[in-house]
Amino acid sequence: MRRAGTPIGYVAAIAVLGITVVPLLFVVLGGFRTTAQINASPAGLPGPWVWDNYAAILGSASFWTFLGNSALIAVIATALTVALGSMAAYALSRYTFKGREGFYTLFTLGLLFPLGVATLPLYLWLRQLGMLESFWGVAIPEAAFSLPVTIVILRPFMRAIPGEIEDAAVLDGASRIGFFWRILLPLSAPALTTVAVLAFVTSWNFYLLPLLVFNDSANFTLPLGVATFQSQYSQDTARVLAFTALSMIPALAFFVLAERRIVGGLTGSVKG
Amino acid sequence: MTTTATRVRAAARPPAPAVRTRKPGARKKLELTFLLGPALVLFAGFVLVPIGIAAFYSLYEWNGFGPLDDFVGLGNYADALSGSVFQGAIGHNLIIAGLSLVVQLPLSIGLALLLNRKLRGRAVLRALVFAPYVLSEAITAVIWLLMLQPNGFVDRMLRGAGLGGLVQHWLADPGIVLYTLFAVITWKYIGFGIILLLAGLQGVPSELREAAALDGASAWQTTRHVVLPLLGPTIRIWVFLSVIGSLQLFDLVWIMTLGGPANSSATMATYLVDHGFKRYEFGFGSAVAVILFVICFVFALLYQRFALRRDTDGALTRMVD
Repeated sequence: MRRAGTPIGYVAAIAVLGITVVPLLFVVLGGFRTTAQINASPAGLPGPWVWDNYAAILGSASFWTFLGNSALIAVIATALTVALGSMAAYALSRYTFKGREGFYTLFTLGLLFPLGVATLPLYLWLRQLGMLESFWGVAIPEAAFSLPVTIVILRPFMRAIPGEIEDAAVLDGASRIGFFWRILLPLSAPALTTVAVLAFVTSWNFYLLPLLVFNDSANFTLPLGVATFQSQYSQDTARVLAFTALSMIPALAFFVLAERRIVGGLTGSVKG
Repeated sequence: MTTTATRVRAAARPPAPAVRTRKPGARKKLELTFLLGPALVLFAGFVLVPIGIAAFYSLYEWNGFGPLDDFVGLGNYADALSGSVFQGAIGHNLIIAGLSLVVQLPLSIGLALLLNRKLRGRAVLRALVFAPYVLSEAITAVIWLLMLQPNGFVDRMLRGAGLGGLVQHWLADPGIVLYTLFAVITWKYIGFGIILLLAGLQGVPSELREAAALDGASAWQTTRHVVLPLLGPTIRIWVFLSVIGSLQLFDLVWIMTLGGPANSSATMATYLVDHGFKRYEFGFGSAVAVILFVICFVFALLYQRFALRRDTDGALTRMVD
């Protein structure tokens, strides 16, 4: 029934494409211009092309510091989320014990506590624990807040792995922990990738908690760095655009590599 | 050693009725502690405890330093809720949430239906539409801050298109700024809605549409009476995520306007950070955090109870199962 290529479909597609892509192009191309060029003609193309902005930022220490901090924090948060989340999901999916559903409900309650809401109390708590200005102070809470969605995605997945496989492993002398480590985790690889990608992206993009925890700009993450750079160099639009363009690259590259996982994870995690 | 303990426990107790517990007792408890313990500690320590702490601090007037000795009971709550700035902030959150439902939802549905047709380059299009969602709100905020500068990219484009009359002080006019922010939010999040709905559309069997068409239903009738009802669960989840997101809006507003000018774009979260951190009113800020939390929580529970129940048998847990 659906005919290929109705004109209105293409018109809508082109409009959507333009609105999505033009701002991104503005940033990337703006980085190749001078601020004078941009002020004279904000919507113009680079002419002549200027490499100085990008070169200056790639040659400065701060961009790489922010990038490294973001990566380190995201890796710690992701590793913690996947390790603890998969262990908990295993217990909650393949053990029978009293209070199991209660524990599960407790974790799912976490879906209702967005990290943004809890940040001020979290800050006070981290201060009490002496975790301010520490990467752990950002990574550990991020992992804690990623646990609910991780468990909610992993539990049905682990539950669906047939009991015969576990029986066979036990017959071969595997303990339940051995089964988890050697058989269940490898079999759960697709779901583990999904939750890892979600945890990584969440941490990578998070702004509020690092904003409060870090005062020292040597600890800043990329989102924090972009915002700070913008306010510091607000007169030098071209420089800010170049910085922003370079900051977009990791997220966009990661997205291109993991698109199916991200989209699949988000839609899968919200679908019935 | 463990086996002996297991045997003793096993002998002391009738065998557990569970199907796949082979070694009941101490060993299982040990395993469960090992598996579940770390996650529980992390979750309790960094999700539950802070909320408890906030509830406690919210009863005091406290600047974050020195002893907690100025107990004010619910005074902070009364101050916050009766303050016009905070009331305004709640209003702004509600306006953003309302606009999302009225503008973004129909837009997402329409675009998803269009993009669900066979178009050349559809895969690329889907990926590109989703790209802004992957960028952080911080980067999005900086991009649009620069595009919306007076006489900047957006203004020039509008003038170039002969729409110069539409040019506004996008971020400086108190009557406009909230709607400008809403437009930026829409840019960032519309792709998420479209992707979610496209996934939902995959679940609509094409036989149903064909049957409706054979029965003489127009394209509009098929969409209205066959496709939309089947998208119900997806739409209800989108509404949930969108409202919760609107209620805790922070990054974008903070970077683009700091809640200004003159609090005209303040949200509950920017108000919270402004008072809790910038002014060292930690007791007061904690009260605001608790209020924000309660609003989200009550909305989530009511929504689960009345809207999502149809999809999930009422269990709040099943929402993402």
